[in-house]
Amino acid sequence: MTLILAEMAYWQETSIRLLVGLAAVLLPAGTLVYLFLFKMMSFMQSRLGPMEAGPYGSMQLLAEVGKFLQKEDLVPRAADRIVFKLAPFVVLISTFLLVLVIPAGPDLWFIDVDTGIFLALAVSSISVIGILMAGWASASKYSLMGALRATGQLIAYELPLVLAVVGVVIQAGTLNVQNIVMAQATGEIFGYGGIGNPFIFTQFVGFAIFLIAVQAELTQPPFDMPVAESELVTGYLTEYSGLRFLMFFIGEFATAGIFSALAATLFLGGWYVPGLDPTDGLFNVIGPAVLFAKMLLVAFLIFWFRFTYPRFREDQLQKLAWKVLIPLSLINIVITGVLKVVF
Amino acid sequence: MNKATDTQQLAYIAGQAADARVNLEIETEGMTLNIGPQHPATHGTLRIIVKLDGEQVIAAEPMMGYMHRGYEKLTEVRTYPQVTALINRIDWLGSFANEVPFIQAAENLMEVEAPPRAQWIRTALFEMSRIANVVLFLGDMGVQLGAVTPVFFAFRDREFILNQIEAVTGGRFHPNFNRIGGLKDDLPKGWIEETRGVLGRIQNFCDEIETLVAGNEIFQARTRGIGIIPADMGLAYGLSGANIRSSGVDWDIRRDGGIGLVHNELDWKVWTHPDGDSYARFWVRLQEVRESCIMIEQILDGIPAGPVMAKVPRIIKVPAGESYVETENPLGVMGYYIVSQGDLTPFRVKIRSASFNNVSITPWLLKGVYVPDVVSILASLYFILGDIDR
Repeated sequence: MTLILAEMAYWQETSIRLLVGLAAVLLPAGTLVYLFLFKMMSFMQSRLGPMEAGPYGSMQLLAEVGKFLQKEDLVPRAADRIVFKLAPFVVLISTFLLVLVIPAGPDLWFIDVDTGIFLALAVSSISVIGILMAGWASASKYSLMGALRATGQLIAYELPLVLAVVGVVIQAGTLNVQNIVMAQATGEIFGYGGIGNPFIFTQFVGFAIFLIAVQAELTQPPFDMPVAESELVTGYLTEYSGLRFLMFFIGEFATAGIFSALAATLFLGGWYVPGLDPTDGLFNVIGPAVLFAKMLLVAFLIFWFRFTYPRFREDQLQKLAWKVLIPLSLINIVITGVLKVVF
Repeated sequence: MNKATDTQQLAYIAGQAADARVNLEIETEGMTLNIGPQHPATHGTLRIIVKLDGEQVIAAEPMMGYMHRGYEKLTEVRTYPQVTALINRIDWLGSFANEVPFIQAAENLMEVEAPPRAQWIRTALFEMSRIANVVLFLGDMGVQLGAVTPVFFAFRDREFILNQIEAVTGGRFHPNFNRIGGLKDDLPKGWIEETRGVLGRIQNFCDEIETLVAGNEIFQARTRGIGIIPADMGLAYGLSGANIRSSGVDWDIRRDGGIGLVHNELDWKVWTHPDGDSYARFWVRLQEVRESCIMIEQILDGIPAGPVMAKVPRIIKVPAGESYVETENPLGVMGYYIVSQGDLTPFRVKIRSASFNNVSITPWLLKGVYVPDVVSILASLYFILGDIDR
């Protein structure tokens, strides 16, 4: 992208970046909602899911968006109006910032910073502020409890998320996401370089911890205590309707897609396909598709858990983070560090 | 006093202390949360007022009556055959079982007895309504704990049982099939063979639920040791059915006091569980569905030939007198106390429904638990709103 953009005026460049960024957020979100929430969930539960709108219900998404747009934008009388209306934007901002660092080809990225993965993990926690704003401003007890649960949970699971990535960073020797992909593409497994060296083979513990932590960051079952619909109605979302609810919804699924893409980039080799030269310009064309396919693979795992498991209680959830995942990821870091020195 | 009661007491004292601390020192109040009347966890319109200190429940009070329909009064202006149409709506998931004790009480007063074939078919349908009812509980327990998938399996497989009930009675939910002195009709042709296949499906469903829900580590962590009801406490609050059997009390009216139904001629087992927690209640109900399948299979093999209706007058007038009959319904013990003065209609009917007593233990049981456990405990007690507010 940088090659093409070099000859363009600033406004052209910016608008292209804006459109691609919008597509990079909305496309995974739409795909995940249709493919997993509508269809996979239905098949798991012996139903068909939406079938009427378009072939196999593929236009159902448009119908849903249309439905949400038509709904009244309700604000509770006791709500803190400005904060209440601002909260969904704050959540969406963190989603849009996350997508910046993920490369989709050797020359395809939004920003190429040396501390890319650090930036991604840092901006991902902005959503906590949005959720807390939503819960507090709603002036509803259910919302408040949901928001407080969400805050505790997101902060607790931020740590294993970061620590799981540290293993990858040690092995790749860089924080730059593009270089992490390159390290996987050009790596060798015991001298055999045929398929590169996807870090999932060495960092499988990190991968598992990363997926669990992502699941918790997305507040999906089994970690959906903040939105537990059988206790708190829908937690911090309770008072939202119409477009603002839709923004939370898009935020949730777009973040699921982007975290899946991040997991695919860090552990499955990102846009790279084994057997080809990673500096080949071909990857600028097929790279996005490869990354998308790998993202769907990871997202499948995430949603599989989502539709199968019951939810943890708040204290059990915290115990899992502090007593199991964090020590485990620390051990993983130590072992990775030792092996890095040895080999 | 045993250990569980001690824990509850300690939690209560801690709750009181926390309340005092919150109120006096920081000069704020604990949060009062209204769970219901419209809330996803209450299966209808039960309202539970909980006082919270953070996530811990200090006091819980169930408020009933949002769905009260005055059935006891309404029965006084309906003839005996009309009353069955009304009382179908008490426990709407196991409707057929609601009719049985009422009809038996009326039969007692009239001194007629249903012919053997009618009694066997009644028992089969009685157990089928138990399956239809409890299968939904097995799925719903998952939903209350956040697993959305099991309930769809439950709805899917319950449909087969409802189809079989519909084939005999003509009604999926409200059969209205019992008559004083027998049943409205005989079984349709081919029903027995079809039912055998359906029972196999239900057994498969039980296996599926056992691995998918009961075997799940998170489910066990959420239910084991949660909401423990000691046997003496359960008896003191008048719990019945699977709720008391899961506290280790071996008491089942089908075996111990059944009249009119043929359970004593069948080979089956009453399941109990020593723990008394939410998991035990789930497990006992799961076994009871299996046991019901076993019973129905034996009934299908052994239905005697003969009429399904005894000789009763065309216009039913029940002689003056009083009669009380209770049966082991899907939710627990259900009884009807009928007072007749020799008219076309009952003079007074008192309905003892299981859920009303089962829910009455919640103020004691919910003290000191966390908010997520409120939902899982309520789900495991398994009440149906129509059965609480008649």
